[in-house]
Amino acid sequence: MNNILEVEKVVKQYGDYVALNAISLTVPRGSIYGLLGPNGAGKTSLIRIINQITMPDSGAVIFDGEKLQPKHVQYIGYLPEERGLYKSMKVGEQCLYLAQMKGLSKEEAKKQLVYWFERLGIEGWWNKKIQELSKGMAQKIQFVVCVLHKPKLLIFDEPFSGFDPVNANIIKDEILELQKQGSTIIFSTHRMESVEELCDHIALIHKSNKLIEGKLTDVKKEYRTNSFEVGILTDNVEGLLYDITQKFTVGQTNFKSLNDELKLEIQLGAAAPNELLHLLTQRGQVTHFLEKIPSVNDIFIKTVSE
Amino acid sequence: MSILSLIIKREFIAKVRNKSFIVMTFLSPLLFVGIAAFVGYLSSIKADVKKIAIHDESGIFVNEFKNTSEFQYLNLSSVDMKILKDSIVKDSYEGLLFIPKVIDSLSPQHKIQFISNDSPSISFLSETEDIIAQKLTKINFEKAKLDTLAIKNAQAKVNISVAKSSGEETLKGLNEIKIAIGGAFGYLIMMFIIIYGNMVMRSVIEEKTNRIIEIIISSVKPFQLMMGKIIGTSLAGVLQFFIWALLGLTFMFVASSFFGIDASPTAKMSPEMMHQAQAHFSTAQMYIKELWNLPIATILSCFVIYFIGGYFLYSSFYAAIGAAVDNETDSQQFLLPIIMPLILGVYIGFFTVINDPNGTIATVFSMVPLTSPIVMLMRIPFGVPWWQIALSITILFGTFLGVVWFASKIYRVGILMYGKKPSWKELYKWLQY
Repeated sequence: MNNILEVEKVVKQYGDYVALNAISLTVPRGSIYGLLGPNGAGKTSLIRIINQITMPDSGAVIFDGEKLQPKHVQYIGYLPEERGLYKSMKVGEQCLYLAQMKGLSKEEAKKQLVYWFERLGIEGWWNKKIQELSKGMAQKIQFVVCVLHKPKLLIFDEPFSGFDPVNANIIKDEILELQKQGSTIIFSTHRMESVEELCDHIALIHKSNKLIEGKLTDVKKEYRTNSFEVGILTDNVEGLLYDITQKFTVGQTNFKSLNDELKLEIQLGAAAPNELLHLLTQRGQVTHFLEKIPSVNDIFIKTVSE
Repeated sequence: MSILSLIIKREFIAKVRNKSFIVMTFLSPLLFVGIAAFVGYLSSIKADVKKIAIHDESGIFVNEFKNTSEFQYLNLSSVDMKILKDSIVKDSYEGLLFIPKVIDSLSPQHKIQFISNDSPSISFLSETEDIIAQKLTKINFEKAKLDTLAIKNAQAKVNISVAKSSGEETLKGLNEIKIAIGGAFGYLIMMFIIIYGNMVMRSVIEEKTNRIIEIIISSVKPFQLMMGKIIGTSLAGVLQFFIWALLGLTFMFVASSFFGIDASPTAKMSPEMMHQAQAHFSTAQMYIKELWNLPIATILSCFVIYFIGGYFLYSSFYAAIGAAVDNETDSQQFLLPIIMPLILGVYIGFFTVINDPNGTIATVFSMVPLTSPIVMLMRIPFGVPWWQIALSITILFGTFLGVVWFASKIYRVGILMYGKKPSWKELYKWLQY
């Protein structure tokens, strides 16, 4: 099986409200899979179904080649967006309790905890109570609890919220390390720059329906517009513009550069980039030539507002 | 370790380790004894001696009033009534008793008056009436030339002794003791249910507001979590009860041996006093014996069973409510219908069971699961057929299973709902999800 998780036509209704409308997803093993969508799109409903917190009305979830069932809980780690811990319980006891719930033996849980506490530099917190810790510190504990049992599938819902940039970076590195060790990660967030940075697959859910799914590069290819950012130094601006506008759609653009060149955004349509380049080199000195690749943010906004 | 026992263990430890649990367990018996002692002390305090002025026109009655620790009677028959009335306040008399000359001692139509600015107690008035009536009766006897001494000697005293068909003699007033014991246990159950039910509810709300709930139910089923919570908390309650029972039994042993030891000093007393003391002593001893004769084992084991059953039943409601609301203030509207049957149970116990422990109403309500833990416990000291206890327990636990099913549905949906206070209608809708 190359897919760790397959969601097949899952429907979930709350009364008259359809939260998930026959959603199908395929999460490849070893990927970092970005689950995107505006607020209220149905992401949390879907994540809860994968975690067996709620049951789908119809459809199926296949985990690691088997129909999802209670024993799979120990192979999944979940860091919910709305998360907290028992305030008056000691950190160590609390982690042991939550780890044992995931099926770890007490000894194994202790061993893993010592490892992770050392790794994140929080050894001294064992006997502290959560109410003595800051929010960011508590988030670190939650992260540890989520990954402690070495799950095959990790589900992070807004994992970076509440972390300062330094700790967010530590957590990001840990996520990448977990992927390297073979875990698959589903990653639900609004922060598109972290999707751009981490994810290799994405799916976009909007109003209970899946709109996009696939490899990030494939999705980007699909959404590319074949436009280029061009910088050119020329004496005859009018002549150049006349030539180009004959063939292509031209707009103004801006980018950082050291020269005082003419900056254009050119939409090629069906033409090949070389055609444009050929035209440009005849007219002056090309200083900048870059395909405008749509960012995840662009794709997100474009798809959702359509 | 299975997940359920893991949850039970955590809940139990969380409750028992709580400072308020430790304080409650060891302080409340002390507090209880303290309050009882305080009330006893208050009632033993002598009230201020009240001065009562008597204006007895005939002078026959005034000598019948003997000063007591409470009342001091002053014979002011020689002083004019008008002056007396005016001087009540000035001379700080509690009141002025006016007895006019008796014309017809058989039906005293004359007005005997008690003039006071305070309202006199009923017991004082009836005592005063008795004193005057007795004197009048005596006068009447004498008028009729009856031998008062012979009459006094002829007065018979009857003391009915109560016995069971087994021939065992029982004490009068035992019913009062039985209802007191049954009532105490019934009341205890109500308190336990409310206190521990509330604990379950608070613990559910805590998990919800902490937002740890989503982490937990990604590993366990909501039903397991709810049951673990209910069982763990109940164990803490049972532990608390056992500690109290242990303290209580120790106290009872100490009390009975205290009475045993206390018998020897009576030897130094005069034979008459000793006889009297022995009579007192043997009554006390008999009461203690009767206490031991009560089905203590049945009462205690039934207390534990009914506590667990009633508590399970009610705390499922409490758990569902806790899941439905976001904070304790919102829970009020749902709590009222739960507390009502508990209070009803206590009232039925005190008003019906004491008069007719095996009557229809008492029997029916000791079967209805919402009131049975309280009503049945109040009936048990009076003796209840075992099949009734068995039936009542079966109904109780059967209902519990039904309620738990219903509560777990609300719980399952409720714990993931934030931000709004649900209506009854919405709760009904949740049942169908």
